[in-house]
Amino acid sequence: MFILKILFKNAFRHKLRTSLTVLGITIAVLAFGLLRTVVGAWYAGVEASSATRLVTRNAVSLVFFLPISYKEKIRQVPGVTEVGYSDWFGGVYKDEKNFFPNFATDAKTAIDLFPEFIIPPDQKTAFLRDRKGAVVGRKTAERFGWKLGDIVTLKGSIFPGNWEFIIRGIYRGAQKGTDETQFFFHWSYLNESLRKTAPYRADKVGWFLIGVKSPDVAPDVAVAIDKMFKNSLAETITETEKAFQLSFISMTEAIVVVIRLVSFIVIVIIMAVMANTMAMTVRERTGEYAIMKTLGFGAWHISGLIFGESLVIAAIGCASGIALTFPAAKAFGDSLSQFFPVFIVARSTIYMDMAAGLIVATVAAVFPIWRAITLRIADGLRRIG
Amino acid sequence: MKTRTGPIVEVRNIYKSYRRGTQTVPVLDDITFDIEEGEFLALMGPSGSGKSTLLNLIAGIDKADSGTITIGGIEITSLSETELAGWRATNVGFIFQFYNLIPVLTAFENVELPLLLTGLSRSGRREHVDLALRAVSLSDRADHYPSQLSGGQQQRVAIARAIITDPTILVADEPTGDLDRHSAEEILDLMERLVHELGKTVIMVTHDPRAAGKAHIIKQLEKGVLNSDVHSQNTL
Repeated sequence: MFILKILFKNAFRHKLRTSLTVLGITIAVLAFGLLRTVVGAWYAGVEASSATRLVTRNAVSLVFFLPISYKEKIRQVPGVTEVGYSDWFGGVYKDEKNFFPNFATDAKTAIDLFPEFIIPPDQKTAFLRDRKGAVVGRKTAERFGWKLGDIVTLKGSIFPGNWEFIIRGIYRGAQKGTDETQFFFHWSYLNESLRKTAPYRADKVGWFLIGVKSPDVAPDVAVAIDKMFKNSLAETITETEKAFQLSFISMTEAIVVVIRLVSFIVIVIIMAVMANTMAMTVRERTGEYAIMKTLGFGAWHISGLIFGESLVIAAIGCASGIALTFPAAKAFGDSLSQFFPVFIVARSTIYMDMAAGLIVATVAAVFPIWRAITLRIADGLRRIG
Repeated sequence: MKTRTGPIVEVRNIYKSYRRGTQTVPVLDDITFDIEEGEFLALMGPSGSGKSTLLNLIAGIDKADSGTITIGGIEITSLSETELAGWRATNVGFIFQFYNLIPVLTAFENVELPLLLTGLSRSGRREHVDLALRAVSLSDRADHYPSQLSGGQQQRVAIARAIITDPTILVADEPTGDLDRHSAEEILDLMERLVHELGKTVIMVTHDPRAAGKAHIIKQLEKGVLNSDVHSQNTL
């Protein structure tokens, strides 16, 4: 208790300097936390992916379609439990800034394949019965004030025209990290229209979603599917949902690397600021450390006092930064929900914040400790008076 | 009860020099003397004569080039830095010219500080500190910070801190150098009481002949060489 009192009193002897240092650490930890959360949000789709789901797409590129007729062939592959399919619809609600992901999908299978999307049974039934029905995530529904039964018109960017949908279901995520911004509707609704307006695009899908018995059989199933369509007009690539999501991330990897780099640079900068504070503090108190050594306090005691003081300052800054990260992330996530549907401060980010605080405190204390413990008492005493 | 016989401090053939650039400046030249237990010794001499250096060597806060110093039967010149720190904690009480109290600690906490190195419980420490503050007549100022105390009061707190661990010797470097005449008199009386009533051994460096007059023996240092002792009127 006595030692803790000394640590706090020492830490706040120079109130302005310590307050500014604490403020610096707070901002650095906040920035670090937010940047790490942005990186986490980038990978949210990967994290949410299931090990028992595979994605089959055109081997050339995702922009090329696959024939719907592949569905039954894929279903025959041993280990496959369900086959669904989807198309990226790319519809715009009123204005392009109102972005949210929307898909034409095989409704029945999609609901079965994504148990993390929780839809009340009555809404599920209503959706399946209504050809123009759509299910939307809680966040998107709240964003536009949509309720069940509302008629929503999306302007097609890939499939031209105004497309009318009736909101029949609003899903919520089973987990915190589940994307609650998606909008999906019956692929058959899209396909019927395409048969009339653009027959060459009809009966084709963007990708197949495949449920497998267990993660162990996934590699064999993937190989079997791709082998089946080898030398066909539309060769396939089958990969786990995680790999599929990662292929999107890899397109923006440079940005993620920069964000990661900046987050660490922020910590290095604050480390230098903190080290300067501690160096000044110890230099001012050289005489006192000489007195303490005179009284019998050894190198470990002096080191403990300096490290403890550094830790107190870093801990206060770090705790404030962590406390501010949550409301800041909430505000950040709300304002950028169309880009980051899942923006959650992960527990690992908090641990990294704490680790950063500890590292800053340790590194900042190393040089002052070395100076204090190598100080000759007689030299230290000469600086008093 | 201490049963040791012979001098409490034995200084033998001490040499000490400092390096200034490429030059070696001798400070102490073959110093040999003894101090008996319960003796009050004053070290006098002009500035640069080596008296503070000698005091630092006896207190174990500086190392001699050669020679031995034995205190209470322990040859401190052969101890490592860590051993010396431990030895100082229990065997030496320091009184400095500028009091050297920790400004963020109260008088009570300053006196308590050396006891943190002992295994005493919190209540045990409180008991000791109360006793020490009473001995220096500062019980009513226990919660005051150094900045709220006069120079004389701060020095009395420093003395309480010096005696709190019941050390073998007390070393004082110009303890009245920063005090007015009245406060200086009080401090010297207090030090005299420590010698007479508690049997403490005190080694004091001073420029002040009045302060030296309180000692039993006055040793004069000149250019690092010890002159013959002067026995004060205040002899045992």
